[in-house]
Amino acid sequence: MTDATSGSGGASSLFTVDALTRKRNAAETRFRAYGIIAITVSLLFLVILLGTIIRNGMPAFQQSFITLPVHLDAAKLDKNGNRNPDDLKKVTTFGYGPLIDRALEVHVAELGIETPFTKAKELNPLLSASAAAIVRDQVLASPDLIGKTVEFRILASSRVDGYLKGRVTRDSVARDKSINAEHLDLADALRKEGVLTKGFNWDFITGADASESRPEQAGIGVSMLGSFFMMLVVLIFSLPIGVAASIYLEEFAAKNRFNDLIEVNISNLAAVPSIVFGILGLAVFIQFAHLPQSAPLVGGLVLTLMTLPTIIISTRASLKSVPPSIRDAALGVGASKMQSVFHHVLPLAMPGILTGTIIGLAQALGETAPLLLIGMVGYIASNYPNGIAEGFLNPNSAMPAQIYEWAKRADPAYYERAWGGIIILLLFLMTMNIIAIILRRKFERRW
Amino acid sequence: MKDMLIEERTAMEDVKISAKDVNVWYGDTHAIKDVSVEIKDKTVTAFIGPSGCGKSTFLRCINRMNDTIDICRVEGLITLDGQDIYDPKVDPVQLRAKVGMVFQKPNPFPKSIYDNVAYGPRIHGLARNKAELDEIVENSLRRAALWNEAKDRLQSPGTGLSGGQQQRLCIARAIATEPEVLLMDEPCSALDPIATAQVEELIDELRTSYSVIIVTHSMQQAARVSQRTAFFHLGSLVEYGETDRIFTNPVDPRTEAYITGRIG
Ligand SMILES: Nc1ncnc2c1ncn2[C@@H]1O[C@H](COP(=O)(O)OP(=O)(O)O)[C@@H](O)[C@H]1O
Ligand SMILES: [Mg+2]
Repeated sequence: MTDATSGSGGASSLFTVDALTRKRNAAETRFRAYGIIAITVSLLFLVILLGTIIRNGMPAFQQSFITLPVHLDAAKLDKNGNRNPDDLKKVTTFGYGPLIDRALEVHVAELGIETPFTKAKELNPLLSASAAAIVRDQVLASPDLIGKTVEFRILASSRVDGYLKGRVTRDSVARDKSINAEHLDLADALRKEGVLTKGFNWDFITGADASESRPEQAGIGVSMLGSFFMMLVVLIFSLPIGVAASIYLEEFAAKNRFNDLIEVNISNLAAVPSIVFGILGLAVFIQFAHLPQSAPLVGGLVLTLMTLPTIIISTRASLKSVPPSIRDAALGVGASKMQSVFHHVLPLAMPGILTGTIIGLAQALGETAPLLLIGMVGYIASNYPNGIAEGFLNPNSAMPAQIYEWAKRADPAYYERAWGGIIILLLFLMTMNIIAIILRRKFERRW
Repeated sequence: MKDMLIEERTAMEDVKISAKDVNVWYGDTHAIKDVSVEIKDKTVTAFIGPSGCGKSTFLRCINRMNDTIDICRVEGLITLDGQDIYDPKVDPVQLRAKVGMVFQKPNPFPKSIYDNVAYGPRIHGLARNKAELDEIVENSLRRAALWNEAKDRLQSPGTGLSGGQQQRLCIARAIATEPEVLLMDEPCSALDPIATAQVEELIDELRTSYSVIIVTHSMQQAARVSQRTAFFHLGSLVEYGETDRIFTNPVDPRTEAYITGRIG
């Protein structure tokens, strides 16, 4: 006793660290260093990833517009002069195009900008090919505009837009047949005059896809709706089926070989490549059940198959984590098995179930491969579905398919849009994860 | 015990639960071997014995909680008021409303104190309206000696109470369904001495209305609260009789060895 407390040297002093302890401490320090290195590396990759996405994708949310007063010549647009809608419709965009080119020429001259161009038609590369359609739609919507000079906010062409964003340079223009350096000079001048402006691009978020030659007009809105209807299908089918199956397996099914087999198979299903579900969907839903191709309903059903194992596994895990004493308590006061599950076990398992479901949905939202085989990648809708039934049944695409489609196209303006689409997709996934966290916090109870 | 009145003695003679040649298996484990016992009404009966001897198993036969264990198999005859509780016509859910149970570890529902007590009456339709339910809750909490502590916090979670209060809440929950028999599996093993004393007092109180069976590890507790004691050993019922007699004058050498601390 006196030896130990004296601290006067000796092997057992608390003040000298023995060799074994030193070795142990060194190992601990090393392990911590490895951990910090690992986390730093993953953070670095995350920063690089997010940085790249934001840098490449943000320009898609900005678009260049030319604000232009256009004289809507009654002699050209309404020869009969009676504003009859049927007659007005006969004038195609070819009738409007020259008017707009002319308006730009006049406006440039009014502003006193010197250009080497002699014909109005030569100014056309500054404007989006959609310009005529934009003006025509507005005129058809309100025929009184005819005969007046009206200010329109017209999309600039993707080359001019790219020039403002730095995507198109004078070097690249030299190799470009559709536009030349003089156009860029004019764009610079128009920008100085405030005619050519950059603004937030709502149409990118709400719009439909456009043809290959009009990237400035393309938006992700329609495919977002496709994704939305698919997620609705997934939620409607996979949540009740998944939860019911888990409750049955976890609480009611006898522990026997057959149910063990089911359990193993569900775990295996979770690991099946998603394209397998795609070909199954093609065979069952389209070829056998004759559901419409490329329809969000079919896509949703395929993704339901894919999501079910995830939901079942997470639901079973959260049912398992409810202490058995709660079940005993309920049965002990004379609750039936079903009452004990629905009154006590399920509410306690709810946070886990919701988290699992939302994570399953998020996975399904980002899935592209199974959609390939049911025709949701090949077909890109360019119109909004008309009503809810069409939303489920009309051919449509999904956000990841739309992004893939854009990335495939040759025009660099589409490449930029693909990155922008990625940002929107990630925002959705982040929102879903945040909802999962909030729900878990809200429902979490201690026992 | 000795100065018991004649009427009480005759009341004690009523057999509430009777078991004949009960055998229980968990898979291949023979947990209860040929147990026959008659448990009387308005009496506290203690089950004592070394751990693993099958006290809990036998207790769980009486409200058929063993049905929930897949591998458990029960043979023999157990009757409640002369009716076979393992008869195919008997719904175990209905049985459990009559035979309440309090578990070893306090297990209140993660709900309010009020809802804990009101749950049983609600699912059995014992109250026609809110006022009646309030009354049941109040009475049950009073009988469980928890009313004074809980009356101002009926809506706060039952899991926020202390261990002893939680166990009394579980007792209140069990008696709220107006059972005839109350099974208690080591109800005090997770409690401190003061809470234990409160619960023991409560058990003595409950004897006036129920047949109470309590499993306990503590022989002092058995001696304090019970009128009759059953000693189990390795799945068999070794000795059963008046508590006083078992503790002062055991017949079987194994009983004597256990109560003098030589086995257990
Ligand atoms: N759920 C179960 N599954 C398998 N064996 C069990 C189970 N419960 C109890 N047993 C076994 O039954 C025997 C009696 O257990 P138990 O009734 O809990 O004893 P006690 O309550 O007297 O301590 C023990 O051998 C125990 O291992
Ligand atoms: Mg026990």
